[in-house]
Amino acid sequence: METILSVNNLNVSFDTDAGEVQAVRGVEFDLRRGEILAVVGESGSGKSVMSKSLAGLVPKPAGRVKAGSIIYKGEDITKFSKKRMRSLRGAEISIIFQDPMTSLNPTMPVKKQIMEGILTHQKVSRKEAEAKMLELMELVGIPDAHERAGLYPHQFSGGMQQRVVIAMALACNPEIVIADEPTTALDVSVQAQILDLIKDLRDRTGTSFLFITHDLGVVAEVADRVAVMYAGKIVEIGKTDEVFYNPQHPYTKGLLEAMPDLKLGSDELKTIPGSPPNLLYPPKGDAFAERNEHALKIDFEQAPPMFKVSDTHFAATWLLHDKAKKVALRIEQMKIKEELHASAEEVPALDRTEKLLEIRDLKQHFQINKKHTVKAVDGISLDVFKGETFGLVGESGCGKSTTGRTIIGLNPRYGGEVRYMGEDVRSMKQSELKKKIQMVFQDPYSSLNPRWTVADIIAEGMDIHRLYTDRRKRMEKVHQLLETVGLAKEHANRYPHEFSGGQRQRIGIARALAVEPDLIIADEPISALDVSIQAQVVNLLKKLQKEKGLTYIFIAHDLSMVRYISDRVGVMYKGRLVEVADSDELYENPLHPYTRSLLSAIPVADPHATRSRERMEKAEFVHSEEDRFREVTPGHWLLCSEEEASRHAAGNLAGDRVLTEGELV
Amino acid sequence: MRMDEAELHDGLFELSGEEGRKKQVRASVPTTSYWKDSWGRLRKNKGAFAGLIMIGLILFLAVAGPYMNSHGFDDQNLEHANLPPKVPGLEKISWLGMSGADIRGVDQYEAKGVEGYYWFGTDSLGRDIWTRIWEGTRISLYIAFLAAALDLVIGVAYGSISAYYGGRVDNVMQRIIEVLIGIPSLIIVILLILVLQPGIVSITLAMVITGWVNMARIVRGQVLKLKNQEFVLASRTLGAGDGRLMGGHLIPNTLGPIIITTMFTIPSAIFTEAFLSFIGLGLQPPIASLGTLVNDGFKMMKIYPHLLMFSSIIISLIMVSFNLLGDGLRDSLDPKMRK
Repeated sequence: METILSVNNLNVSFDTDAGEVQAVRGVEFDLRRGEILAVVGESGSGKSVMSKSLAGLVPKPAGRVKAGSIIYKGEDITKFSKKRMRSLRGAEISIIFQDPMTSLNPTMPVKKQIMEGILTHQKVSRKEAEAKMLELMELVGIPDAHERAGLYPHQFSGGMQQRVVIAMALACNPEIVIADEPTTALDVSVQAQILDLIKDLRDRTGTSFLFITHDLGVVAEVADRVAVMYAGKIVEIGKTDEVFYNPQHPYTKGLLEAMPDLKLGSDELKTIPGSPPNLLYPPKGDAFAERNEHALKIDFEQAPPMFKVSDTHFAATWLLHDKAKKVALRIEQMKIKEELHASAEEVPALDRTEKLLEIRDLKQHFQINKKHTVKAVDGISLDVFKGETFGLVGESGCGKSTTGRTIIGLNPRYGGEVRYMGEDVRSMKQSELKKKIQMVFQDPYSSLNPRWTVADIIAEGMDIHRLYTDRRKRMEKVHQLLETVGLAKEHANRYPHEFSGGQRQRIGIARALAVEPDLIIADEPISALDVSIQAQVVNLLKKLQKEKGLTYIFIAHDLSMVRYISDRVGVMYKGRLVEVADSDELYENPLHPYTRSLLSAIPVADPHATRSRERMEKAEFVHSEEDRFREVTPGHWLLCSEEEASRHAAGNLAGDRVLTEGELV
Repeated sequence: MRMDEAELHDGLFELSGEEGRKKQVRASVPTTSYWKDSWGRLRKNKGAFAGLIMIGLILFLAVAGPYMNSHGFDDQNLEHANLPPKVPGLEKISWLGMSGADIRGVDQYEAKGVEGYYWFGTDSLGRDIWTRIWEGTRISLYIAFLAAALDLVIGVAYGSISAYYGGRVDNVMQRIIEVLIGIPSLIIVILLILVLQPGIVSITLAMVITGWVNMARIVRGQVLKLKNQEFVLASRTLGAGDGRLMGGHLIPNTLGPIIITTMFTIPSAIFTEAFLSFIGLGLQPPIASLGTLVNDGFKMMKIYPHLLMFSSIIISLIMVSFNLLGDGLRDSLDPKMRK
């Protein structure tokens, strides 16, 4: 295939108050015509900066391209003048950003926004531009383009907005489209549609896509080739199958192992210890060495060059050097041994007798104004047993977070009943209740007060409830908690901004543990973290549960992680619980069509599996008044009518409520 | 990037184990607290730093200036009336106007047979202007700081209560603010000074009565933004009360905007005071403030320019340096400005 863009030894740096941050350090790759090249990496790996520099969008004056070249059509675009770059950008290289809400102008109809690019870069009349615009909207799959062209962005759903953004990017038939995490802000089912669209567009228009993402599942789904970035360098690049089934670099291996497997419920996730290096002081040798259990001596001395694995597969690790063959073999053997050792442990079955939390017909309606009421939670009932992990999943806006917040008392006015150990929480003493139920929050950056030291943050609960009067005892407890969550004593006197996302989440967990609760509601505790860090936090939560006998309500939209951590899972849809079952049962035998479509949309980090899988379209589901929450088989609850329930109970598992064409919206 | 094969001896291809990791001491980021960080940025801002030094200098002179010579601020000496400035050392430089000569070039000190020096000259009653200016600066600054402090207390309390409780409370409190803003503040000030006797307290009160509104609005905006942040929710789930949430979480995180607003309140208070004194509603003689001095000097501006010149220069300097500092603080206290 013809190479359309080639990047040679690209170095991008940012000048900061503290010194030079080398965000991109010698990146080299070729982008070929009509391919989708995925660039994966954790936050801070330099993938975004690299992609921005391809479009000449590195923020100046702080950032600059220090060395290297980007050759497009025989010319180095890093040398282009601003004006020349502007005419290139949008016309030949265009970009799709992460959040469709912010990349569209809210005060302009979408028609105008799509036409804007066409009119700036091409010499066409308004009429022609309008025709082209309608054509584009149809191309990206917006139905009734004629009527909807005049609408404003907020009148579209998130997925449709992203389609509009893609239409804008394609307006001038660009050669290259850079998609910077285009599906991260979207729900799984919408994400699946957008990924299909991108593949379809590539087939039809022959445009090359550079697809930036942190999600290996998405990569398996969409990419032809993959480049793995770590600490500003590409550590491995190759065809998707080669990288997924024959990874060479320890970092790639680690990343793939850290993904929870949908099929297997093993007991501990593989993690990559530590966190990525600070690029203010890039390490001397292989940047990954200090997080690599089996690092070689040379990894700390010299940066490895790219070794060739096959004609299309390259990796930068010393393990591929001729002299390292023996060591590489030994490492493999050690790993196998470790695995055998690890899988020996058996988890005792849960004894589900004691109900810790009973929720009956919980309703949380928010009155927007006199006419509108948002029914965020609309009558859900469930029991949470002592010592279990109850996973609550659903798309954004389905009311899962609101449920958590209502249970813990952040929304004081609600309908229905929440009983803790058989006692209505409304009649309980608030300070007692707040010691029993605690919460871990989603965003590790906003969940810690930036003005407080870590010690004060962790001790806040103890201070409020006056658990420790003695300063020394309080400090001892803080140190003990820090160790419990895997941080060091010395961290107590630092401020939150000195920690990485994963460490902050650990501090948040320590804060919740400080009052020694029985139940912890974890509201998307890992969705803001990188894959390798997610596994660390999940393992920590599991370890704490084992040690302290905690009960969790684990709220998340990442279905694979939920299956991994939960004993039982509840699926929420539009404020109602539609299905509850043991997690294995739910994933293997989903009854509700919504659960099924949700499960079919999860991107799996396995290219073969993705290709052979059938996907169900996302549909709207309407429940009638008669639909009740019924137990169809022991422990498996479903929101359905009586007739359906009896059919399920009779063992007629398939064939009910199968989506027909008519139900699709 | 091919390296010399010979350098890569077999020993390097061994597992490094813990030893390598220990050798690789991770260079940690020099960690600084929020305030240190801000101070670093402020120091790099030349304008703001110059403003800070100037404010320090003016504060020092406002305190020590009146004692630097033997003249009292209301010691009248009619024989020494309207003397131009004369400074030892600088008197030799003719174009500087510090030689004791008036606008016609006559050395008034010689003509009137005055021994000694008046650094900034004297006024029509023979009072030393140097002493009066620093005395006046002191009073002006005193009024400005007092007004700013009262604005701060009322504004922060009002704004944070309004935002924190929200709903109906917020609604009523905001309507009150709107009414206050609707009335021209000058009218309130004039009426108040007519009712009370003109003096330091009444001028301060007059300025505070409408001045806190600005602060209240800024604090309200900040608290509204903060109160749904997860760290505040976390504190609530731990069972924190209202006082703890406000004092521990909300207000400390609003400090940046509060400081900046105060920095801009001070120069505007100084200006308002000067303006009120100038139109005759301010302090009454013999007390001097920068405004009354300008008012005095303005009447004989053409004959004795020194009467007006020094007081207006000081006012301008104070205003400029506070604005420079406020501007610099706004940039340095905003974490988004960190590179």
